[in-house]
Amino acid sequence: MAYFDAASTEPLHPQAREALIAALDVGWADPARLYGPARRARMLLEQARTEIAEALGARPDEVSFTASGTQAVHLGVLGTLHGRRRAGRRLVTSAVEHSSVLHAAGIHERDGGSVETIGVGRTGVVDLAAFGEAVLAGGTALACLQSANHEVGTVQPVAEAAALCAGAGVPLLVDAAQTAGRMPPPDGWSVLTASAHKWGGPAGVGVLVVRKGTRWRTPLPEDDRERRRVPGFENVPAIVAAAAALRAMAAESAQESARLSALVDRIRREVPRLVPDVEVIGDPVARAPHIVTFSCLYVEGEALLTELDKAGFAISSGSSCTASTLRPSHVLEAMGVLTHGNVRVSLPQGASGTDVDRFLAVLPDMVKRIREDAGVRT
Amino acid sequence: MTSRQTAAEGSTQPPALTIDALGKKCPIPIIMLAEQINQVPRNGIVSVLADDPAAFTDIPAWCRLKSHHHVASYELPGGGWAIHVRRNY
Repeated sequence: MAYFDAASTEPLHPQAREALIAALDVGWADPARLYGPARRARMLLEQARTEIAEALGARPDEVSFTASGTQAVHLGVLGTLHGRRRAGRRLVTSAVEHSSVLHAAGIHERDGGSVETIGVGRTGVVDLAAFGEAVLAGGTALACLQSANHEVGTVQPVAEAAALCAGAGVPLLVDAAQTAGRMPPPDGWSVLTASAHKWGGPAGVGVLVVRKGTRWRTPLPEDDRERRRVPGFENVPAIVAAAAALRAMAAESAQESARLSALVDRIRREVPRLVPDVEVIGDPVARAPHIVTFSCLYVEGEALLTELDKAGFAISSGSSCTASTLRPSHVLEAMGVLTHGNVRVSLPQGASGTDVDRFLAVLPDMVKRIREDAGVRT
Repeated sequence: MTSRQTAAEGSTQPPALTIDALGKKCPIPIIMLAEQINQVPRNGIVSVLADDPAAFTDIPAWCRLKSHHHVASYELPGGGWAIHVRRNY
């Protein structure tokens, strides 16, 4: 099986696996207690915090661990809005953020706050002029922008957005789930979120970073864990493994990201040459190294994924027939690109060129057969 | 970005052909459109009735890829849209 769904989850890094098994034995005790095994767990936890902070361009005391990337976003968005209630109740976000941002925005709206959603261009890049104008409006408490899009890979102009936010005195939350460990950390954020299983760590570890001086107040019942930011007992072994994975990934990524990016370039170039009526989506240059998305006209996304699965490819799609909601991906909709027949290839570390070649070899016939079965004359 | 255009543009020209794709899931409405657009004369309008939300995005995208013109999308009282496309060639 060729695994091409790293944007959903990166396979556990071998070094994370090793660290996890070791930490299960020595890092199980309650890090908040005072006896020997507790001190040992606390030491492991704080060491992991320091390493992850360094890799993300933060200070250790700014980093809290959550139960997931989604929870980090929920707490980041709702906690900053709560902390800045006196500044106002306006939230600005791009139309292509991860659903965790949009769902948090939905709660805020139901609670009487307002949300301004900024559109994107055809490649998925946020309309920076509109974003800048929106954050200047009075009563803006928070703005959100992802580092790179999870479905199409397009990198957002975070530095420019951060400058606009700084000028307006508005904190910026950057969801860095798709780039942490793969690209240099973004700059200029007030709140940063990430997810360990996207960088080869185990599931169940999210990261919430709140920059010193940013007003933040928990939207949940208070708890004394994680500097009162995240309730519940920390998963120390998983956090230790997450730090090991990030360390390994960051060390490999300078070379590995360039290699994966060249494979993505090959797919972007070859698919429209080999398959008629295909739209390759997203920015060809300003993009995450590992993600490429395209849509095949007249093809049902689910049928294509099923065929790819039979041929040994694990791949996902933003087409409506593959979603539990039966709605097409909000990202593709906002970009105004073809949503049916959609395929997202996202390459994990170590993805082989041979597997990419095989993918390019089987795809044209597969698409042709599905079109023929649907009665399309080409 | 998707836009719900109102009746201002294109309302002068009635559709030469209406394709009823209500209840059909994408890509079927687009396959029907591609099959039948040549039945109208050049510059003629095809109206596709569809209620799959994907059609609302995908028919204008198809027009862009195939160099036809998406005139406007009108909401239907019973749900879905009448999506008007002008044959360009």
